[in-house]
Amino acid sequence: MRKGARLALPLLPAVGALGASFGVLARTAHIGALAAVVMSATTFAGSSQVAAVSVLGAGGGAVAAIVAALLLNARYAPIGISVAQSFRGSIAKRFVQSQLVVDESWALARGDLGVLLGVGTVLWFAWVGGTAAGAVAGQAIGDPSTFGLDGAFAALFTALLATQLGSRPRIAVAVAGAAIAAALIPFTAPGIPIIAATAAVLVGVRRR
Amino acid sequence: MSTAWLTVLAVGIGTVLLKAVGPVGVAGRRLPPAAGRLLELVAPAILAALVVVETFASGRHLVADARLAGVGAGVLCVLARAPFWVVVLFGALATAAARALN
Repeated sequence: MRKGARLALPLLPAVGALGASFGVLARTAHIGALAAVVMSATTFAGSSQVAAVSVLGAGGGAVAAIVAALLLNARYAPIGISVAQSFRGSIAKRFVQSQLVVDESWALARGDLGVLLGVGTVLWFAWVGGTAAGAVAGQAIGDPSTFGLDGAFAALFTALLATQLGSRPRIAVAVAGAAIAAALIPFTAPGIPIIAATAAVLVGVRRR
Repeated sequence: MSTAWLTVLAVGIGTVLLKAVGPVGVAGRRLPPAAGRLLELVAPAILAALVVVETFASGRHLVADARLAGVGAGVLCVLARAPFWVVVLFGALATAAARALN
């Protein structure tokens, strides 16, 4: 675990600052400071949290926000299964430890449970602490669009998307997902274009 | 319950369960590889859709406004390998600047 905590140190400022960004952005969807912190403590998965908040902010409603966020987190099922072998002990212990699986801890650990738990623990505190700081600061901000926070959402999703474009099928899926969303925006309620875009995965599968 | 809390609790519980599936429920079994591949492709699809919606959607209309400047700044930050918080900062600044100039 010590080794993991050390490995996580370079990530601390970035994760804390992203947590703070989420806390500020949550305000744009009228999510209170406490709700934002609770979300970071339980969900602990950045892009899905920003997605849920952005759907709520666009007036997409709770169902669309929940579905979009959970679809983004669906990857944690195969990720969890891929590291399941290294978990030991009682069900309760494995349950608690499984919550420390996030993209970064999984990637840095490469199968070493101690490293995974160390990275996950450090990042959890950075993420929740950052969210609390951002949410409190966000309460003080007036109309979010004056500060360009609506554009900040778009910029952040662009950066998150860039981390996902590592192969040709992935790029094809992203292009198709963008096209589906753009085509549906004029005709459906907010939130639906994002959920419908998951159909784009079929493009990637056919391309293999 | 407010919409915000309903979303926070449902996403929280759902994600906790998704993370627990492997370490708690699956001892030694594996997902069919095809299912794993499909799930991996969900993230690029949804994030691309979010970029489009956050940039161009205004209710049910497609518009080009100051948010485009935010995305442009975001792309530049990504090309410069800037961390996420820099992307957020410059995205907000560029959007606010473009709006002020309009």
